[in-house]
Amino acid sequence: MNPEPLSADAVIDAVSAVFMVLGALMSLAAAIGLLRFPDLMSRMHAATKPQVLGLFLLLAAVGLQLRTWWVWPVLAVAWIFQLLTVPVSAHMVGRAGYRTKHLHRELLSTDELEAVVQQAAGRHGFDDDGGPAER
Amino acid sequence: MMQLVLTVTAVVLSLAAAGAIIRIGRGPSLLDRVLAADVLLAIFGAALCIDMAVNRHLNNLMLLVAISIIGFVGSVTVARFVADRRGNVHES
Repeated sequence: MNPEPLSADAVIDAVSAVFMVLGALMSLAAAIGLLRFPDLMSRMHAATKPQVLGLFLLLAAVGLQLRTWWVWPVLAVAWIFQLLTVPVSAHMVGRAGYRTKHLHRELLSTDELEAVVQQAAGRHGFDDDGGPAER
Repeated sequence: MMQLVLTVTAVVLSLAAAGAIIRIGRGPSLLDRVLAADVLLAIFGAALCIDMAVNRHLNNLMLLVAISIIGFVGSVTVARFVADRRGNVHES
């Protein structure tokens, strides 16, 4: 580091460097969570880190490095698109994981879907979606 | 400083990709593999973002959006059609 006073350029560079390293660490956290967590639901918790916060940090780093204003709406559109699609796919994966019993029931603190499934099974006699009919 | 950041993020993202690939290979259920593949796509997107930020261009932005579409469509499709083929196996 040179002793002369920091220019705005150097400050922006430093901030974007910090954002990039943090965004990469989000990916590493997701990988560690995938390897160490015991079941599908907790792995899904870990997997969302790079998809939302990591992508936000890295897109902010891109916007800071380019130093123009018109890129920010484009980057915001890319991030909002990710925000719209990630919950849908997480919902589908979690639902399929619940249906196929890929979860450790003793690790759940509360199971709000259980009552709904029981009610639907009691009303219809079977589940219309290929789910578990008898419990 | 950008070269240092590039080296650090390359190492970190390589380790993360290795972890995700290990989970793809070892994952006990299909959904675990789908989830790990989604994380691997997110890691690719992170690498593309870092390339754009370090080299100051926007060439990869459409590729980034395409990667997120692929992850979305892939995981939704597999999760929709995954079936409980092994009866009452409780493993994960």
